[in-house]
Amino acid sequence: MVHLTSPAFKENAARALADPGLQKALARTKPQFHGKRAKAVAGLPEFEQLRNIGRDIKNHTLANLDHYLEVYAANVEKAGGVVHWCSTADEARAVVLEICRQAGAKTVTKGKSMISEELGINDHLEAHGITPVETDLGEYILQLRKEPPSHIIGPAFHLNREDWEQSFRESHTDLDPKRVFTERRDILTEARTKLRSRFLAADVGITGANFLIAETGSSVIVTNEGNGDLTQTLPKVHIALASIEKVVPTLEDATSLLRLLARSATGQDFSVYTTFSTGIRRQGDLDGPEQYHVVLIDNGRSNMIGTDFQEMLRCIRCAACMNHCPVYGATGGHAYGWVYPGPMGSVLTPTLVGVDKAGHLPNASTFCGRCESVCPVKIPLPKLMRHWREREFERHLTPGTIRTNLRLWAWFAKRPAAYRAVTRMGIGALGLLGRGKGAFKWLPFAEGWTRGRDLPAPEPGGTFMARYAKARRQGR
Amino acid sequence: MSKDAILGAIRRGLKRGPLPADQAAMLNGRIASHPRHLIPARSRIPRAEQIALFIKNVEKEFGTVQRIPDLAGVPEAVTDYLAAQNLPARIVMAPHPELESIDWTARPLLARETRRAQEGDLVSLQHAWAGVAETGTLFFPSDPVRPATLNLLPETEIVLLRASAIVGAYEEAWDRLRAERKDPMTGGWMPRNLMLVTGPSRSADIEQTLELGAHGPRRLHILLVEDEAAPREMSRAEARAQATAQPGTPAAPGD
Ligand code: SF4
Repeated sequence: MVHLTSPAFKENAARALADPGLQKALARTKPQFHGKRAKAVAGLPEFEQLRNIGRDIKNHTLANLDHYLEVYAANVEKAGGVVHWCSTADEARAVVLEICRQAGAKTVTKGKSMISEELGINDHLEAHGITPVETDLGEYILQLRKEPPSHIIGPAFHLNREDWEQSFRESHTDLDPKRVFTERRDILTEARTKLRSRFLAADVGITGANFLIAETGSSVIVTNEGNGDLTQTLPKVHIALASIEKVVPTLEDATSLLRLLARSATGQDFSVYTTFSTGIRRQGDLDGPEQYHVVLIDNGRSNMIGTDFQEMLRCIRCAACMNHCPVYGATGGHAYGWVYPGPMGSVLTPTLVGVDKAGHLPNASTFCGRCESVCPVKIPLPKLMRHWREREFERHLTPGTIRTNLRLWAWFAKRPAAYRAVTRMGIGALGLLGRGKGAFKWLPFAEGWTRGRDLPAPEPGGTFMARYAKARRQGR
Repeated sequence: MSKDAILGAIRRGLKRGPLPADQAAMLNGRIASHPRHLIPARSRIPRAEQIALFIKNVEKEFGTVQRIPDLAGVPEAVTDYLAAQNLPARIVMAPHPELESIDWTARPLLARETRRAQEGDLVSLQHAWAGVAETGTLFFPSDPVRPATLNLLPETEIVLLRASAIVGAYEEAWDRLRAERKDPMTGGWMPRNLMLVTGPSRSADIEQTLELGAHGPRRLHILLVEDEAAPREMSRAEARAQATAQPGTPAAPGD
């Protein structure tokens, strides 16, 4: 589950820099992310033109969002689907729970979905006696480990092979404890077998949506594993969770964006499975769900329209910005403290959870501009981060707060285990999102952290490490 | 109602009320004409090269392709492939008329069942509706003769694809779908499920290292039926002329 720890970005970052396992994972990952995208982009001479087209398609859709949403919803209904419009996370959670109850669901399989993290669907279902099962390999191990994702497309990239083996041994206790994992394939095979029975037993399947198509009323998911397809094909009920900005007018529009998405995300020309779901099982069909629900979620998006941050709604969640960010590359995703890390998270998180909780995230930038230069829909991320910094400055956070929090930081920096315990114990911020700003009763370091404009760029081994080490020395 | 709240909030942000009728009609016109945007040049090539590009892209994504002269070659190709992979001679097959029209009697040892896939099925034989050369992608629109589970549950998927069903770019497949298919429920053309498949299932979640066969098939083997007796050779110039003449390049999304 995801707690909001964004207010503690600095401590989180310090901890990340001192975590050898994470640093190993980051070192392994960075060259991969960069090289693969660069190669895929080089293989498509029209890529730059497509970025402009992608930007224009999204801008056109956002300027007419109300219309396209209505057309989309009408087409879903024609295909026997139901659209549930939800203004808040609370509403969306309630709708999902109600559908699951109506279906008499005991277990629910899930495809990877960032909006589901945003809503905290898993905790909500669990609290009501329904077992959610993450089926994306990365999400699955995180669920076993009770960790939040650290990346929006490679949620478990921060883990090393030893971590996988250890978690599988601890969780799959029905298997021979002496079994050996000689290669990565053995880990994969065990997960495949374990999850296969879950797929077959699930009463409801929940997926996200990369796009919604107004023309046809389709929801689109893009995956490499095939877990999303098993999730939406096998159970009687399919629920697609989608935020309102996912809609595009036509298949041609979606196609242009799809040409950008996989190349920017994983450096593939196209992902393995790009699947369009449109309504319920047709007469004579041998498979497919009998119910098809779309939970259409606003949760703060509509407030961004007409503001400086409207451009952020173009985001297609490819993760290129974080893959190319020097700050993310040094700290990983958990330091950002909420669902969306990296540059896109630094812009989006304050919008969705409040500038008082996450207003300093935009400081976690060197303003090098690489994120903007790789963004497939040309979101001016540095400019938007700067907007936030100005707004945060206007809030005049008091030096007193900063002093208090610095003392807290020092205390926790000396006691990483205590910090971890505190953040785990924290109220699931997600559960409170829908209840209006300022409703957080308790969060680790819930006050705005600093007015300092210049978070030191965490050059590898740099400032955070030094501060961390100093704090330790003083504590002994 | 949340629908009104959401639409109202969007309109407030856009500083306008509901769209006036003429503007709404314009947007509906854009949907109806679904203008194409830029189509990458890589697939705007002569026919024979398109097929070669398709094969190259499938192989790049770890799929395999075997060219066979006609449908009669399918039973032998399937049995040989299974033997080569050390798999039992047993398949579950889509109830597609083209597959059912094949004379399987020459291979009596090959066990066949015609149905959707179930747990425990090792190999499926599926029918692809189209192939897209641009990225080596197969199109599988769901319908009673093409159940989606055949693309998902077995570890090995064998696919029958006619060379004549290969198009250059996705946009051409969309237009073919629009022209040729009718959905019984919506009256439109989009089926319940449309899978675009590019290579076998995979995951890089464990240490960013690619492993094939995550949840879906680990092997994707395409039997390409060469049904284009003499594919009309388009000159490169001709192909490009056709590409640029296609409607609405690039669409003006602002309209
Ligand atoms: S902001 Fe741009 S680069 Fe970052 S995830 Fe969104 S679309 Fe991708």
